[in-house]
Amino acid sequence: MKTTNNTKQKKENKTLPSLQKSPTGISGLDEVTGGGIPKGRPTLVCGEAGSGKTMLSIEFIVKGAMQFNEPGVIMTFEERAAELAVNVASLGFDLEKLQADKKIKMDYVHISRAEIQETGEYDLDGLFIRLGHAIDSIKAKRVVLDTIENLFGGLDNEGILRAELRRLFTWLKDKGVTAIITGERGEGKLTRYGLEEYVSDCVILLDHRVVNQISTRRMRIVKYRGSLHGTNEYPFLIDAEGISVLPVTSLKLDKEITSDRISSGIPTIDEMLGSKGFFRGSSILISGTAGTGKTSIATAFADGVCQNKERCLFFAFEEPPLQIIRNMRSINMDLNKHVKAGLLKFCGARPTLYGLEMHLVAIHKEIQQFKPSVVILDPITNFISIGSISEVKNMLIRLVDFLQNEQITVMFTALTLNDQMNDQTDEAISSLVDSWLLIKDIEYNGERNRAMYVMKSRGMKHSNQVREFVISDDGLELIDVYVGPDGVLTGSAREAQMLQEETGVAIHNYALSRKDREIMRKRKVLESKIANLNSEFESVEEELNKVYEEEELRKQILSKNREMMQTIRRGNGADEPQNTKK
Amino acid sequence: MTTEHKKWELRLYIAGHTEKSVTALNNLRRYCEEHLKGQYKIEVIDLLRKPQLAEGDQILATPTLVRKVPEPIRKIIGDLSNEEKVLVGLNIIPA
Repeated sequence: MKTTNNTKQKKENKTLPSLQKSPTGISGLDEVTGGGIPKGRPTLVCGEAGSGKTMLSIEFIVKGAMQFNEPGVIMTFEERAAELAVNVASLGFDLEKLQADKKIKMDYVHISRAEIQETGEYDLDGLFIRLGHAIDSIKAKRVVLDTIENLFGGLDNEGILRAELRRLFTWLKDKGVTAIITGERGEGKLTRYGLEEYVSDCVILLDHRVVNQISTRRMRIVKYRGSLHGTNEYPFLIDAEGISVLPVTSLKLDKEITSDRISSGIPTIDEMLGSKGFFRGSSILISGTAGTGKTSIATAFADGVCQNKERCLFFAFEEPPLQIIRNMRSINMDLNKHVKAGLLKFCGARPTLYGLEMHLVAIHKEIQQFKPSVVILDPITNFISIGSISEVKNMLIRLVDFLQNEQITVMFTALTLNDQMNDQTDEAISSLVDSWLLIKDIEYNGERNRAMYVMKSRGMKHSNQVREFVISDDGLELIDVYVGPDGVLTGSAREAQMLQEETGVAIHNYALSRKDREIMRKRKVLESKIANLNSEFESVEEELNKVYEEEELRKQILSKNREMMQTIRRGNGADEPQNTKK
Repeated sequence: MTTEHKKWELRLYIAGHTEKSVTALNNLRRYCEEHLKGQYKIEVIDLLRKPQLAEGDQILATPTLVRKVPEPIRKIIGDLSNEEKVLVGLNIIPA
């Protein structure tokens, strides 16, 4: 802002309200800088040899020409224009065509001390005129000077050079072009010849570090006058599509949250999680020792997701994808059909292939391209081989941040080595996961079995039970474990316990039926006794009845006799002997 | 002093008629008259008028003297105030 209207040029002062920015079109860089590099000003990009300075500046020009309709001039002091065109052709940038279309102008400035003698006073008007001509001929808005420091190698008079460079940068500002000036990293300062003295609006530092034989490119905005910017070191990647910078750490925790649930693909696990499964957009950790079936759970999740016609991205860091597909067939899971349907995508890569940050960038890119609703990383512990635990944690935090912003559910698997190591690895990431399922080996009774429980699951009702985790030909299942006097029973011990209980039931049943039969018998005895008594009673009754009848008979006869006697006594003697006979 | 019979073709690139360019041109004329009389041709190119020519001869600084002939091309930048340097630079006298 200090050099608003020095000499010529049109109505400046357009930068007054707020700093205008010129988008670079480089994925991620515009997010980090909050919209791009300062418009109409020079930006210094410095870094060591091979750190990607040229790539960044070329992409700035090419993207400007292709996406923002801002033609650009590339003035290179290092590589010949033709060589440069070949070098960036691998990125799909057709510099020749862009030049033919007058979108880009390239000028190779060759300086060789051998050819040049200096005598007396001079200035760099030649360069100014060349650049000015190039800018005017295509009405360029963007300029790249790569690497202007080479002038110092070609010319002796540093005093003149410095004065001229200062003039050049002022002149560029007056021209109103957005410029990138690259500079080689110097000892103890940003650039070898102190270019940062002249270009002070925006300085971007590129770095290329090799740790454990694995290289990672990083970028840092050292300075951005008049603008907020991310101050971290951001890893970036140069691949077949150019540069991608990772604006990795989101500054706020203000992401949207849903209470949608997503099934784990295993009904019994869903049951443990309030019968509904995981929260959508949450992060899930499956940890366990070797061979406990972490990958199987992860693939079951993937399978379930794909069956719901959602997309799933599976990063396999341990096994080749085809091997996973083959292996899962043995537990009745056909992943191949999902792959064919385009719902499931495997990305196989050894962790050591590149550095952590590069992995992160690569994962980002895959996610942005595939747009899955679920991402699986199997396993994350392998990353320890290329970074310390805290570095891995850092990377995962940034990944989880990104995924939660995108409402993508992520499942990690983690290998725990043995009980001592166990919680160290897990703790490192446990704070950033929402649900944590732990699978443990239970070695008992001469066999090894798996037991699973929900270590934590934020914001939902979840079971506190240890379940036995069984992998069979039909898939995965959780079974209630038996808790016996010796502790938890699993596997054949559990089967034995079940058999034992079944036997108990049978014996019990048998005993019951024997009692029943005895009762029946008793009843029969009783009934026969009752019948006896009944018949006895009948005979007694008959006896009694006989007495009654005789008595009656006698009464009748008596009364008959009496009547006869009376008749006789009244004088009817003829009948008397008859009566007495009786 | 050179014994070559080739003709000398020199080109002086300037950016407008500045003090430096006038000095350079005067110096050059003087040296040529002294050492290359009759064998030389000087072409003055003002880049302010013909900016497109700057790229061809890889001009950065002005004034720049370019020896086109004899080959190989030699360049001397500055106002040519040091006569010995110019003569050595143009290979008129051996270094």
